[in-house]
Amino acid sequence: MSLDSKIPGGPIAERWTRHKADMKLVNPANKRKFTVLVVGTGLAGASAAATLSELGYRVKAFCIQDSPRRAHSIAAQGGINAAKNYQNDGDSVYRLFYDTVKGGDFRSRESNVYRLAEESLNIIDQCVAQGVPFAREYGGLLDNRSFGGAQVSRTFYARGQTGQQLLLGAYGALMKEIGRGNVEMYPRREMLDLVVIDGNARGIVCRNLITGAIESYAGDAVLLATGGYSTVFYLSTNAKACNVTAAWRAHKRGAFFANPCFTQIHPTCIPVHGDYQSKLTLMSESLRNDGRIWVPKKTDDKRPANDIPEDERDYYLERRYPAFGNLVPRDIASRAAKEMCDKGLGVGATGMAVYLDFAESIQRLGRDTIAARYGNLFDMYEKIVGEDPYTQPMMIFPAPHYTMGGLWVDYHLMSNLPGLHVLGEANFSDHGANRLGASALMQGLADGYFVIPYTLGHYFGSTSLGKVDTDHPEFKTAATQAQERTQKLLAINGKRTVDDFHRELGHLLWNHCGMARNKKGLNEALEKIPAIREEFWENVTVPGAADTLNQSLEKAGRVADFLEFAELLVHDALHREESCGGHFREEHQTEEGEALRNDEEFTYVAAWEHGEVGKKPKLHREALEFEEVKPSTRSYK
Amino acid sequence: MEKTINLTLKVWRQANPQDAGRFEVYEAHDISTDASFLEMLDVVNERLEREGKEPIAFDHDCREGICGMCGAVINGQAHGAEKETTLCQLHMRKFKNGDTLVIEPWRSKAFPIIKDLVVDRSAFDRIIASGGYITVRTGQAPEAHTMLVPQPNAEKSFDAAACIGCGACVAACPNASAMLFVSAKISQLALLPQGQPERWDRVRIMVEKMDEEGFGNCSNHYECEAACPKNIKVSNIARLNRDHLWASIRAKLRG
Repeated sequence: MSLDSKIPGGPIAERWTRHKADMKLVNPANKRKFTVLVVGTGLAGASAAATLSELGYRVKAFCIQDSPRRAHSIAAQGGINAAKNYQNDGDSVYRLFYDTVKGGDFRSRESNVYRLAEESLNIIDQCVAQGVPFAREYGGLLDNRSFGGAQVSRTFYARGQTGQQLLLGAYGALMKEIGRGNVEMYPRREMLDLVVIDGNARGIVCRNLITGAIESYAGDAVLLATGGYSTVFYLSTNAKACNVTAAWRAHKRGAFFANPCFTQIHPTCIPVHGDYQSKLTLMSESLRNDGRIWVPKKTDDKRPANDIPEDERDYYLERRYPAFGNLVPRDIASRAAKEMCDKGLGVGATGMAVYLDFAESIQRLGRDTIAARYGNLFDMYEKIVGEDPYTQPMMIFPAPHYTMGGLWVDYHLMSNLPGLHVLGEANFSDHGANRLGASALMQGLADGYFVIPYTLGHYFGSTSLGKVDTDHPEFKTAATQAQERTQKLLAINGKRTVDDFHRELGHLLWNHCGMARNKKGLNEALEKIPAIREEFWENVTVPGAADTLNQSLEKAGRVADFLEFAELLVHDALHREESCGGHFREEHQTEEGEALRNDEEFTYVAAWEHGEVGKKPKLHREALEFEEVKPSTRSYK
Repeated sequence: MEKTINLTLKVWRQANPQDAGRFEVYEAHDISTDASFLEMLDVVNERLEREGKEPIAFDHDCREGICGMCGAVINGQAHGAEKETTLCQLHMRKFKNGDTLVIEPWRSKAFPIIKDLVVDRSAFDRIIASGGYITVRTGQAPEAHTMLVPQPNAEKSFDAAACIGCGACVAACPNASAMLFVSAKISQLALLPQGQPERWDRVRIMVEKMDEEGFGNCSNHYECEAACPKNIKVSNIARLNRDHLWASIRAKLRG
């Protein structure tokens, strides 16, 4: 099977505009004949569900939480990029496109990224119209700040809660359509399978998390907006319910999984402190605008931070990357922190942390200005760590945060399975091997508000779909399989908890497939994962019943899928014999320890086809062509 | 510095909405003071699971105080005694060795209990669906800079928009009123120029829906503000009341 990315021709700046004019339309009266199933109600899912409903499609939306307002997009702190050039600092659509392609270490699709940069302009207008309370200057205009990997100020923000405010905007739009009876909302549902009939995605099977009932829903297209898979590492900045199940089940039904080894480790998180720890907390990248990162120059320096004199501190990012300083992209900042800690220069009780220091900014700008910019983040830090970041530097360490990899999609956001569309973090297309800060919100909303409404119409307009309902044998089979799996998990009655297995898997991946990877470690992971999986199916304990709210059972199903998915992640990391973005193979680095890409052999998207659990999946390659931005060694020096 | 403490938990257990429910006692041993309250519950739950017993069901997700999913009443206080803190951000260093903690779900007619500490807050969604938004279609919205918003208004609007919809205000109110929640959304939109066209209809519709959902009225106890993890002020309720009064007069005048 060949992968057709369906990238339109013509000059890059005109592609999307021309393509919109060329795509098929569905007339307003016919739109209501199509049912669209939207799984996930974060920025991508909620914006898609609301917009498609406004257009006249019948929409059913599903979310795992008790309300669509709680999707994990809500936790995004820092901001959203848009090439408005309100600061008159030389920004443009082209520059945002260029920064994103370069930031992604030349492993993203140029045409998708250009479209994203174009739509960034509309997003801000749309969100302001919805009443999103963005930060304003005293004259009433919108304010901006800087984020990593850019030399302009193009990040729009709402204090440290930009994700929350954008999501509540999209949620409002969705609730408007629900209130009008145009969208049927199904909260507390977890998708357990994708139903494919005659080659087209036609429905989903879910578990009702309250009653335990296995429910089937049929439609004319399925949109997955189910986020990323960082929780495969157990400890991550993601919410506890984030998981790979929906994407993984779609993959097992034939959808290709692209570049799973492109995982982002965020440099500024609160360090790990104990085995009972359930998640890691991110401190927004925006802090790097005013915070300076340093470690002591001497190893094992146990003095309190404030007792270490200036000339005994190493502001290593400013030293190594004078052009970008503390605002280098995430992959570079994370790796540099790891290097410092590996050399024994780390601080804190575990030695696995570096300082993020605001003393200089507080002196220059005053405590009040810093409090106005980051007050909520400082408060959160103090609650979690019990130390005051106004008087002592914060301690930070990298943590899994975002996954650039995801289900393969073409320019229309459709997977290789016709009818299955994938939006937001769940797809792979826009961020290459590393995502720049403030670009995830941009992508989620671009996909949902401004891309899928056009491309889905084109799919319906150019495909002839027969009628199906949930009595079809494929639905029956999928529902029975979901039920059997649930019963199987409940019947094991072993000795170890689900979390215990999840921690073991997470630890293994963090050590061998985390910030730095090598062949030996990856091979070791490939040996150990099947053993953990085997033990899981013999020795896990899942108390409670199937026909009730059962959180142990929910977790068990997700971890069972992670135990299969992890192998794919490692296979991909092993096959990619180069370092790029978040994927750092120790065998491939420059003398200075920077990532060394291998453009000759690896300028492609690795799209994996599922075969059998425990067997090596089949690789398909989509060659990447760079017509506008010539791949070069990324330099932030 | 990290140390460990031992606690006694009296936790509300209720198998389903029909079950009468009861308190059960659990010993929580060797809890790190650096752990969050939910991590303490995780530790207790994993011990229960190892014994083949059903863990305590509780809602949670982001665990960084922003999703609004978690919440329980600890010793009579919604989200516990710590000011402006969700349960997930409450840390065990705030408790003493030997403390007994009574842990209950939100209690309100409008929030039926589903299981243990998990309640059904869908009434909040229905109130928002009735009118808690600005009616704008996705498409070519006007250029963002054509609409100026004075910085102080944007800040005040933001203060109200910070509501996470956790429901602590309802749990804390002796009348189980949702006025703080509803007024936060009303205020956010009433303070922005974009929110003006629907301002008067919005407040009437949302208040009507709130009453229909079975929430009580506000009688100025201010317990909601004290319990709110996001410091939403009761001044929002005053704004709602002013807007509601004016909206009702307008509606009468227009027949």
